[in-house]
Amino acid sequence: MKSLRFLLPLGVFLVLCVFLGIGLGLNPREVPSPLIGKPAPAFSLPRLDDAQQSIKREDLLGKVWMLNVWASWCAPCREEHPLVVDMAKRQVLPIYGLNYKDQRSAATGWLANLGNPYVATLVDADGRVGIDFGVYGVPETFIVDKQGMVRLKHTGPLTPDVVRDKIEPLVKQLQAQG
Amino acid sequence: MQAHPLLRLSTCFLPASGARSFLRHAVHATLLACALMAAAASTAKEAALASDDPVMDAKVTRIAAELRCLVCQNQTIADSNADLAVDLRRQVREMLTRGDTERQILDYMTARYGDFVLYRPPLKASTAVLWFAPGVLLVVGVGTLVWVLRRRGRLSADRFEPDIDPYEDADDNDPTAARPVKPS
Repeated sequence: MKSLRFLLPLGVFLVLCVFLGIGLGLNPREVPSPLIGKPAPAFSLPRLDDAQQSIKREDLLGKVWMLNVWASWCAPCREEHPLVVDMAKRQVLPIYGLNYKDQRSAATGWLANLGNPYVATLVDADGRVGIDFGVYGVPETFIVDKQGMVRLKHTGPLTPDVVRDKIEPLVKQLQAQG
Repeated sequence: MQAHPLLRLSTCFLPASGARSFLRHAVHATLLACALMAAAASTAKEAALASDDPVMDAKVTRIAAELRCLVCQNQTIADSNADLAVDLRRQVREMLTRGDTERQILDYMTARYGDFVLYRPPLKASTAVLWFAPGVLLVVGVGTLVWVLRRRGRLSADRFEPDIDPYEDADDNDPTAARPVKPS
């Protein structure tokens, strides 16, 4: 009973330490997306290479695909770009770009310089589709399954760890499903 | 350009309007923008009042003040000058013009950005700790204090160290001794 007087505050202190430790490890920028497990928002956007043609959400049903939100004015996009190019080379899955609030000429030049890993780039000039996808910082990356459901969102530049440990296993699993 | 190592990990949060032309400085500008937001808040308020309909402006500002700007997270979209905040204010205005209610607008934002956009999060299972923990902690704290004080009150005086009387030890014969003045 006497030892409780000392153990109790110590216990409370340790519990507090655990919670504060978890808090320190959290990234406040990682806001959980409410879109996970929900249908990807509907969109119909012109292609960067041909403004006359547009791509709709329905066009992409039946395959697992990745949406990579980028802009030529975004420096971290440049950082992650080699990884995206590498994923395209290894044909991990079809990658579509969402060119977010950018200028067509700047975006085209950016892809010409750094390589174009995208099956197609969709132009979201006024950022409305970005809002529908809950984009708040570029780059952002989404994985959409065959039924058109959003299965993963990554905010910020992709890293080799994220691609290897999160995206690739998920894509394999989704592609194996009917 | 070799980016600063700190920036490699960072996300390029949407810079304030105009920063876009400074391609290479976009991230620097963003970091700066976050720092300058507080100073710019008054400008942002003016930016929100963009039309000649004061009633509509007041409504937009009121709803925008309920929503967190995810770019500079401790600001509302009414206060922020970030690109995204400007876009979301425009969205609020359009939805109001269309006749949507405040509820519908908040639901629209929550469906896209999650409960985190709401400065007043809804009460549900996942937010119960957020809502109730402060009250529970207060009750537990006050309860513990009362319990300890009452227990001490029941103890006999010899369980405590005797109080030291500061006047007892003062040496009356030593005029240099610092001595507390006894209140009259």
